Amino acid sequence: MHTTAALALGDDALVLSHRLGEWAGHAPVLEEEVALANIALDLLGQARVLLSMVGDEDELAYLREERAFRNLQLVEQPNGDFAHTIARQLYFSTYQRLLYTHLAAADGEFAGLAAKAVKEVAYHQDHAEQWTLRLGDGTDVSHERMQRACRTLWRFTGEMFQPVEGLDIDWTGIKTAWLESVGDILRRATLDIPEGPQAGAWTAGAGRQGLHTESFGRMLAEMQHLHRSHPGASW
Amino acid sequence: MATAAAHRPAHADGTAHMDAAAYEAVFDAAVAADERIEPRDWMPDAYRATLVRQIAQHAHSEIIGMQPEANWITRAPSLRRKAILMAKVQDEAGHGLYLYSAAETLGTSRDELLDKLHTGRQKYSSIFNYPTLTWADVGAIGWLVDGAAITNQVPLCRCSYGPYARAMVRICKEESFHQRQGYELLMTLSHGTPEQHAMAQDAVDRWWWPSLMMFGPPDDESAHSAQSMAWKIKRHSNDELRQRFVDICVPQAESLGLTLPDPDLTWNEERGHYDFGPIDWTEFRDVLKGNGPCNEQRLTQRRRAHDDGAWVRDAAAAYAAKHNATGTADASARTAGGPSADQTDENGKA
Repeated sequence: MHTTAALALGDDALVLSHRLGEWAGHAPVLEEEVALANIALDLLGQARVLLSMVGDEDELAYLREERAFRNLQLVEQPNGDFAHTIARQLYFSTYQRLLYTHLAAADGEFAGLAAKAVKEVAYHQDHAEQWTLRLGDGTDVSHERMQRACRTLWRFTGEMFQPVEGLDIDWTGIKTAWLESVGDILRRATLDIPEGPQAGAWTAGAGRQGLHTESFGRMLAEMQHLHRSHPGASW
Repeated sequence: MATAAAHRPAHADGTAHMDAAAYEAVFDAAVAADERIEPRDWMPDAYRATLVRQIAQHAHSEIIGMQPEANWITRAPSLRRKAILMAKVQDEAGHGLYLYSAAETLGTSRDELLDKLHTGRQKYSSIFNYPTLTWADVGAIGWLVDGAAITNQVPLCRCSYGPYARAMVRICKEESFHQRQGYELLMTLSHGTPEQHAMAQDAVDRWWWPSLMMFGPPDDESAHSAQSMAWKIKRHSNDELRQRFVDICVPQAESLGLTLPDPDLTWNEERGHYDFGPIDWTEFRDVLKGNGPCNEQRLTQRRRAHDDGAWVRDAAAAYAAKHNATGTADASARTAGGPSADQTDENGKA
C-alpha cells in the first residue's frame, strides 16, 4: 500500500472539496450553488475512499496538523472571486483527469478508484472549461478578472508534475498534455497563457512535503475545531 | 380525469368567447372535481396572485434556508456528516430551482421574484431567521424544521395547481430523507457523550417553538386560509397541521431520549391528541416584521451573493449573445434552470 500516494491524492480532494464547500450560499447563480456543491461532494467521496485506504478517514482528516498534509498548494488557495475559483478548478481538474485516466488504465491499486473518479472529473473539467470560456470571452470585466486569476495561480501549477512516490506515471507526458489542454482552452477563451515559472523557489514540491501557504492553517482550524473539541466522540 | 382542454377556454384562435362568469364557472367546476389547473388554463387573478405569493415564498425559503445549514459545512465533525450536509444544501438549491420554475408558469420570472426577495417585498419562512449555534442545530433543523415542512407540504402534493403539486412530489421525497438524517444525527448525539447529549437537548429547546410557528398564525387570525382552502391550494388549516406535527413529534422525542421544552405538553385522552402550551405570537410577529435574530444577516448575505455575482451573470449573457449568433454556443450555463420538468409533465399529460 502506497501511503504517500494515497495521502497526496486524498488530501488534494479533501482540501479542494472543503474550499468549494465554502461557496455554499454565496454563488453567483443558483445553478452554481448546485454545481459547486456537486463537485465538492464528488471530491469528498474520492477523499474518503483514498484516506480509508490509509487508515481512519476522520482521524486523518481531523487530527493531522498542517505539516502532515500532503495536498498541493494549489487546492488550498482561498476561493477569491468566482474567476479565481474557476481558474483553480480548470488547472486542477485537467491535471486530475489526466492523472486518473493513467491510473485507471494501469491496473494498480488505484485503478478502481480512478476508474470511477475519472467520470466525475470529466464533468468537473467540462464545467471549468465552460466557465473559462464564458468569463474569458464574456465582458471586459470578466476577461480581466479571469486573466488575473489565471496569472495569480500559475505559480502553483508546477507542483502538480512533481513525481509522487508510489505512482508509476509519465510525469513529463502529463505535463505536456496538461499544457496543451489548458493552453487550448485559454486561447479559445481569448486569454493569454501566463508567462513566468510554474513554481517559485519555495513552492516547488512543497505541499507534497507538508509545506503549505499561510491560509491553510486557518482552513484546518475551522475544519477540525469541533472534532478536536470532543476527543473520542463519535458523530 | 377530464382533459385539461375542457377547462381551457380557447384564446389564441378566438373560436370561443365566454364571459368572465363562464370562465369562472369552468374553473370552479374543475377545482370541485379535483382536476389540476394547468398554466394555460384560465384562472381568477386572485388565485394566480395567491399562488405566485405562496410558491415564491416557498422558493425563497429554500434559498435563504441554505444559509443556517451551510454555516456548518466547513465545521462538520466527520466526513460522512459533511457529505450528508453538503448534499442537503445542494438539494435545497435544487428545490428553489423547481419552485421558481413552477412560479414562472404563472407569468412571473425568477429575476423578478429574486428582486422582490432582495428588496423585502416578498417573504421567506420565519424559521430561517434563527441562528445555528452548535452542530446539534443541524440535526434539530432536519428533525423539526424539515419535519414541520413535510407536514405542511405533503398535502400540497394534491394542491389544485398542477406545476406546484408536481414540484412538491419531488421535493417531499427528498425532504423526508433529510428529516430522517436529522433525526439520526440527534440520535447519535443523544446517545453520545454527556456533552453531546446536552448539545442535542439545547438545540431542541431552541428550535421547538420556532418550528411550531412554521404552521403560521392560529386559524382565527390567518388572512389567506379560507380562500386558499376553497381553491384547494391548502387542504388543512394551520392549527390542524400544527396539531398533527405535535402528535408525531412527542413519541419521536421520547425515543430520542430528549425532552420538548413545554411543561403543558400532555396527552388528552378525550381529544386523542396532545395538548400543548401557548405559542409566543409576539415573537412570531417580531420575526416576521424583520426583527428576528438573523433577518438582517440572511438578507444581506443573499443580496451580496447576488450583487457580487452580477459580473459573472453578465459574462455568461455576453458570451451567449456572441456565440448564439454564430451557432457555436455550448450548452447554456443555466441548463439546470432550463425547460422545466413541470411543463414537460403537463404536455405529457394533456
